[in-house]
Amino acid sequence: MKFKRLTTAISAACVAATLAPTAHADDLTLCWAAWDPANALIELSKDFEGKSGHNMSFEFVPWPNFADRMLNELNSGGKLCDLMIGDSQWIGLGAEAGHYIKLNDFFDANNISMGDFIPATVTGYSEWPKGTPNYWALPAFGDVVGWTYRKDWFNRADLKSEFKGKYGRELDVPNSLAELKDIAEFFQGREIDGKTVYGAAIYTERGSEGITMGVTNALYNFGFEYNNPNKPYDLDGFVNSDGAVAGLEYYKALYDCCTPPGSSDWYMSENIDAYKSGQVALQMNFAFIWPGVHADSNVGGDKSGYFPNPAGPGGHFAQLGGQGISVVSYSDSKDAALEYIKWFAQPEIQKQWWELGGYSALRAVVEDPGFASSQPYAQTFLDSMAIVKDFWAEPSYASLLLPMQDRVHKYVIAGEGTAKEALDALVDDWTEVFEDEGKL
Amino acid sequence: MANGIIERAAKSTPAPFARKIKGLSDRAIAWIFITPTIIILLAVNIFPLIWTIWLSFTNYKANRPNADVKWIGLRNYERILTDSDIWLTMQATAHFLIWTLVLQVLIGFALAWLINQKFKGNDLWTTIIVLPMMLSPAVVGNFWTFLYQPQIGLFNYVFAFLTQSDPTSFSMIGDVALAPWSIVIVDTWMWTPFVMLICLAGLRSIPDYIYEAAECDRASKWRQFWTITVPMVLPFLMLAVLFRGIENFKMFDLVVQLTGGGPGSTTELTSINLKREAFEKWRTGYSSAYAIILFVTVFGLASIYVKALNKVKER
Repeated sequence: MKFKRLTTAISAACVAATLAPTAHADDLTLCWAAWDPANALIELSKDFEGKSGHNMSFEFVPWPNFADRMLNELNSGGKLCDLMIGDSQWIGLGAEAGHYIKLNDFFDANNISMGDFIPATVTGYSEWPKGTPNYWALPAFGDVVGWTYRKDWFNRADLKSEFKGKYGRELDVPNSLAELKDIAEFFQGREIDGKTVYGAAIYTERGSEGITMGVTNALYNFGFEYNNPNKPYDLDGFVNSDGAVAGLEYYKALYDCCTPPGSSDWYMSENIDAYKSGQVALQMNFAFIWPGVHADSNVGGDKSGYFPNPAGPGGHFAQLGGQGISVVSYSDSKDAALEYIKWFAQPEIQKQWWELGGYSALRAVVEDPGFASSQPYAQTFLDSMAIVKDFWAEPSYASLLLPMQDRVHKYVIAGEGTAKEALDALVDDWTEVFEDEGKL
Repeated sequence: MANGIIERAAKSTPAPFARKIKGLSDRAIAWIFITPTIIILLAVNIFPLIWTIWLSFTNYKANRPNADVKWIGLRNYERILTDSDIWLTMQATAHFLIWTLVLQVLIGFALAWLINQKFKGNDLWTTIIVLPMMLSPAVVGNFWTFLYQPQIGLFNYVFAFLTQSDPTSFSMIGDVALAPWSIVIVDTWMWTPFVMLICLAGLRSIPDYIYEAAECDRASKWRQFWTITVPMVLPFLMLAVLFRGIENFKMFDLVVQLTGGGPGSTTELTSINLKREAFEKWRTGYSSAYAIILFVTVFGLASIYVKALNKVKER
């Protein structure tokens, strides 16, 4: 009798074990960059695991290798990632090469409206072709290049009066790129608290996307355009316009006059290190670092302030960062991955996302009356997101990025040739890419 | 005796197998044995080479497997040979190759000559000197970036101390003029011990009686060095140059970690440039042509060098 009961129990357990996975418990892998927000997402995703029964794994790759690693994964049809939080510029490739699944029907079926998200993030992270209602991602992490400054240094009476004497205005948040350079110049090589400090940490990195993500903040604001607004892929006179040349010259001048020695290959993490160790008065970086700066024991709290990329003579823009979350078409768990996106799009989850340090792109979160005062950098984030502009998001994004890295780095850091020559060469490089693509 | 062995082998061969190979010629049996090797070689060496040659005449991009592949003749070769950027990377590679070889040969030989003198602690010094080459190039590249840091780097501090200058006044890996030398210094630091070990083997292979005979003939130390030591160590030295030359022609990891090829393209060696073309820009056809050009260059130079080396050995 006992034996009979035991066999019945074992059989029941076996049946349950066989049936359970068919009901739930898919293993989902989410791929993203290895940075602070990714850790916040692990924390947030525990709620999804608890509610859905699916198991979440995460594949995070450091930024310098992120594009290389993940684009190779997508191009090879790899099944590693079920969900991809890919860079905004990958959306064209993801859509046209069939790496991402189109989400329009899913959004309609689940009452997820793109109108509920910040318009710039929808255009930047989700749409392909741009400006059309074809969605390949849900805006996941709003990000933009902005500036951090040493508020405590700016508030020093001796420095304030010296600055006013020299430049005839208050030492305050700059209203233009020219003012920003003045401030950086003022701090360069200055002795503060017995330490030599420098003006600004800016993006100069050569290997991945660093200097492009930096220099565009100057180029856009001096009049650079990616192409003729009335004739796509017509580059000459727009990429290398007089304004663009002036913008590139400005960035080089800023690098030459006002950056720490040895900063010839700096990107996000080097800038953070320089700022947190008290080396620089100003830091260019994506907004994702602001929660970390605010919490830092050395430079956090009231010691730091934040401001959007200042305007230039040709306009007021800032380089868009951030990413959307997509379902990889090669995944064997597409339904579970879509379930994750449905869960992630909920307003209460988006609110938690912001509280954990993730920049939500949901309007209900950022337009909440309490949002702007919820963190000292929240208003700057909103102001910055209102002026974003992005790099090419074409399928040939990587082929377009590399020559820009090359040409700009060679001129700004190595001082090879003139700004005009660098941009003329960039026009040739990009023209060749578009010719190869059959777009010209 | 031989017949006995053959008979024993024949007896120990299983009958079914013996029946199967009975009647096969020696030539046929030889083919059976070498065919798997030939197939593997064809699959992993010859086929990729032929495939690369074919790709070099096309516009193929590996990240667009479904796109049309067009035959474009010699256009890739023409583009490469007329591209000023490629010639700059060739110049950077030549600078790196020549200076590392010169410095490593001179310092390596000098160290070997010193170590070859019998003195107390000889073994300990040998071990200390060879330590750098036991490290991973990626690790070496990484920690030298810290040594070269203008604000905290030991290299800058030592140099500034010796020259009474400001350590932050120069940046070894950020300055266009200094960066090519920064990679030469690190590679020399790391690989001179290798040249030293080969030279040491050469020095220790010279029999003492030759020097004793020279002493009897009242030859000066200087004369002994130039007429005995140098000629007898020369084949070893040339071998070391060959090894280091090949290694440094394909140098990648150390320089990527150290400078990433910058600033500008001042330290972008051909291997780094090729990798960027092939796996970042995904210009597979173009990079195949580039690889073929490099292969022919290295193969040609190495062949000439090996012939010279054989002549020296025959002397």
